Amino acid sequence: MSHSNQQFKRKTFDFSSWFFTVLTGAATYLIVSILAVILLNVLISGLPRFSWRFLTGGTERDMFSVANAGVWPMIVGTSIRVFVMTLMVVPVGVITAIYLTEYASSISFLTRVIRGAVNNLAGVPSIVFGLFGLGFFISYVGKGLDHVFYAGGESHWGKPAVIWAALTLAVMTLPVVIVATEESLRSIQPGLREASLALGATKLQTIFKIVVPQAMPGILTGAILAIGRAAGEVAPILFTGVAYYMADLPHSLNDLFMDLGFHTFILASQSPNIEQTKPILYSTVLTLLLLTFGLNFIAVLVRGRMRAARRSVH
Amino acid sequence: MQETANNLEAKRSIGWMGLSRGHKARPLEWLIEKGIFLVAISAILVVFLIFLFVLREAWPIFSGKANSAAARKVIPADQIDKLTPAQLQAYLELTPDEFNKKDKETLKLLMEVKEEAGKEAVPDKDEALNTTEWKYILKPYAWTGYSKPEYIWQPISNIKKYNIIPLIIGSLKTTLVALLFSVPLSIAAAIYVSQLANPKVKEWVKPAIEMLSGIPSVVMGVFALLVLATFLQTIFHYNSRLNALVAGVALGLAIVPVIFSIAEDALTSVPRSYVQAALAVGSSKWQAAWQVVLPAALPGVFAAVILGFGRAIGETMIVLLASGNASIMSASIFDSTRSITSTIAAELAEAVFGGHHYGMLFMIGTLLFGVTFVSNLMGEYIMYRLKSRLEGKQK
Amino acid sequence: MTDTPLKTVISRPGATSAAGDHRDLIHVRDLSLYYGASKALKNISISLKGNLVTAFIGPSGCGKSTFLRCFNRMNDLIDHVKITGLIEIGGQDINHREVDVIELRKKVGMVFQRSNPFPKSIFENIAYGLRLHGMKAKSEVEGVVEQSLKASALWDEVKDRLHSSALGLSGGQQQRLCIARAIAIKPEILLMDEPASALDPIATSKIEELILELKRDFTIVIVTHNMQQAARISDYTAFFYIGELIEYDSTVKVFTNPGRKQTEDYVTGRFG
Repeated sequence: MSHSNQQFKRKTFDFSSWFFTVLTGAATYLIVSILAVILLNVLISGLPRFSWRFLTGGTERDMFSVANAGVWPMIVGTSIRVFVMTLMVVPVGVITAIYLTEYASSISFLTRVIRGAVNNLAGVPSIVFGLFGLGFFISYVGKGLDHVFYAGGESHWGKPAVIWAALTLAVMTLPVVIVATEESLRSIQPGLREASLALGATKLQTIFKIVVPQAMPGILTGAILAIGRAAGEVAPILFTGVAYYMADLPHSLNDLFMDLGFHTFILASQSPNIEQTKPILYSTVLTLLLLTFGLNFIAVLVRGRMRAARRSVH
Repeated sequence: MQETANNLEAKRSIGWMGLSRGHKARPLEWLIEKGIFLVAISAILVVFLIFLFVLREAWPIFSGKANSAAARKVIPADQIDKLTPAQLQAYLELTPDEFNKKDKETLKLLMEVKEEAGKEAVPDKDEALNTTEWKYILKPYAWTGYSKPEYIWQPISNIKKYNIIPLIIGSLKTTLVALLFSVPLSIAAAIYVSQLANPKVKEWVKPAIEMLSGIPSVVMGVFALLVLATFLQTIFHYNSRLNALVAGVALGLAIVPVIFSIAEDALTSVPRSYVQAALAVGSSKWQAAWQVVLPAALPGVFAAVILGFGRAIGETMIVLLASGNASIMSASIFDSTRSITSTIAAELAEAVFGGHHYGMLFMIGTLLFGVTFVSNLMGEYIMYRLKSRLEGKQK
Repeated sequence: MTDTPLKTVISRPGATSAAGDHRDLIHVRDLSLYYGASKALKNISISLKGNLVTAFIGPSGCGKSTFLRCFNRMNDLIDHVKITGLIEIGGQDINHREVDVIELRKKVGMVFQRSNPFPKSIFENIAYGLRLHGMKAKSEVEGVVEQSLKASALWDEVKDRLHSSALGLSGGQQQRLCIARAIAIKPEILLMDEPASALDPIATSKIEELILELKRDFTIVIVTHNMQQAARISDYTAFFYIGELIEYDSTVKVFTNPGRKQTEDYVTGRFG
């Protein structure tokens, strides 16, 4: 390959471009294939034990015995904590985003600080949220409630419980909802707000009749992403409400709960015989992955439809 | 006359426009708007409270109020009346709940048990040390049974040792491995996807890589524990199956999507005109990417690495499952290791509520929070500057 | 639109009924508007007459749109805008502390430069404003919707698809829908901010015809950068230049015998 030849360029073979395209391409496909390996590994090892009975069955105290393994209590526990979290985080996140975009002055220093803090919150380690849940919800709010309502008696609220785990996760996913909602609120063309206001609508009417309906797909995406992230998290619930084993399903908000992710962790780390536990471990992982990927997939679909709809508007 | 009549009519027809009504005309809306304000402010307040409440539990350690020696000194049971309830509770290492539930007889019994145990225990030269002081937390010390000063984290032992240096080294070791593994890989992928690949490839590769971030970290941990550990052991032939390398590589996989998306975002935001200008003067596609686009987006790539660092050092479940969790002071990545995050996750459940071990775990949590906060801030700031610069140039 | 000499346009009957018994409806005295520290409108005093079309002309950036937006206080929405001076509509100071801006905007409607129909059906676009102001009965709403669409010359084009999306209409139709939406709530004054600037000539002429129709029922203030348009449709014309009101008189006068040199230069196309 002679490049020294500085004649009028004929189409020469560009070695460096070829080489680096192959190199960077290889890196890309390596990442993708590792993803494929992980998913296939879980699928192949998890499918044999994956059954209706496994999904709906309870588990015994000896959770490592393969014979009677089931994940129903964990599915219920995870669903409850995610459901309660959603009830908290979506309204609060959406209202906060509405406040930040529609009411707070966009150029004030305070608003910028708040935005920065919210963005930064998204990068705070999940275990720190666990500590916060313990330090704030349980030992401050919960103990405070006990102090007020059951002075000196047993603790009803000042202990790990599903409500505290859900609230901890709500704080953790707050930035996800706020950022997604803000983004979709800001992408609405300002002309619509002006049109509504010029017709004599109040700000509130404009927000709830014009702005929020337009932003709905974005809000929905944010909510689903938050749920998807929270469903698989284990670190924040370690000290805020998850139980190693419960004979019964949780009955009230101050009960403990079992959890799919935590159960996965227990099966992987506490099993006396990991080879024997492996099949149910993988089936549990498969259940968890189906749940989180299912939610992420829905979010992608919603976002796609939203973008398509938006394109047709402009 | 005609003039005034006309004026009056005009006034009437235009109406009084709600004079003297203002916002009082709509009290409900006024109330709702105040509600919105209130909810938003509380949500924002919680964001700022996080640091405060983690710090609050760690405060006894920071302020030097905690004393681990207090619990160890044996007090004869008949002196029970000389102790305040708080002292007694600390001495018996009970939570306030447990303490409140016990009557005086039980407490005295517990003190007797403790006294007996104290008599049987081998005397230790370090008994009177307050190991929660900063010099023991940060500096090596020659503990009983050790010939030379060493850094030791050992909260479950007769003399509780809280040296955090091994944990910091453990965290940095796994994070370093993670960055060494994921930075070249994800930046190469970002260059490929944003500059070299054809758009059709981009369309499915990008979501695929981002899908990696949808895998819960506990699942990644299980994969590291069962598959990656075996795979790496057959390559490197090391002794301890779970170590900093296994945890680091799994951690690296988890942060690939973070670094990739930010770097890809930065590279894509470099105006197309740069590339076209480079191609026009005869550069190859690769030269344009390497000599024009990458330098322009370099701060963004740097930000991606910083944010990846923050994510890696704060990750818990992967490290907990795959690092082996032994707090050994060692520079080798083939040794089992224990990070800050996995220490908190593993030990907080057994720490006495409100005790010094508990405070110590919150203290390292505060450190972790501080480190990730600063790295996030830096990353976000660099990215913000880069974007406004590139967008400014585009205009 | 084309090369029609200005004078022939002006002499069209109906466009020149400047005198007559039209009373002053809007009084502006010594109005200044600041964006932060910069003064965007400088000490403007003007009186606009009712049931006529007044055009604001001037080069872009001269403050004519900003001035227009003072009349329904749309400038309230922008941070750091400060207004001094007095605007009275029908004798009422609209910047008075106790004036309800919602009531004001009911009386002073607005049509924007870019058509901005809500992403709802055609019917809902018009019904929105009616419901805001308390009209509940379905038959009544339907009646007003039909009436407004007829008044804005859109009824025949859309009567078969009232419940399909407004975004499916053409640009000119969308703008006429916006006019229908504005007049449905029966304002006294209709502000129009370059309503035809984004439209093709045919759609523009339809809008202009509509404006001439509407002036029977509404007082219209229109901002335009198109001088032929101003000449064709307005009775009075105000010329603005860098935040100042240079000249205000009957359209015939402004275009045929302007009092100021700057106005003459502008209307004859020497700058702008």
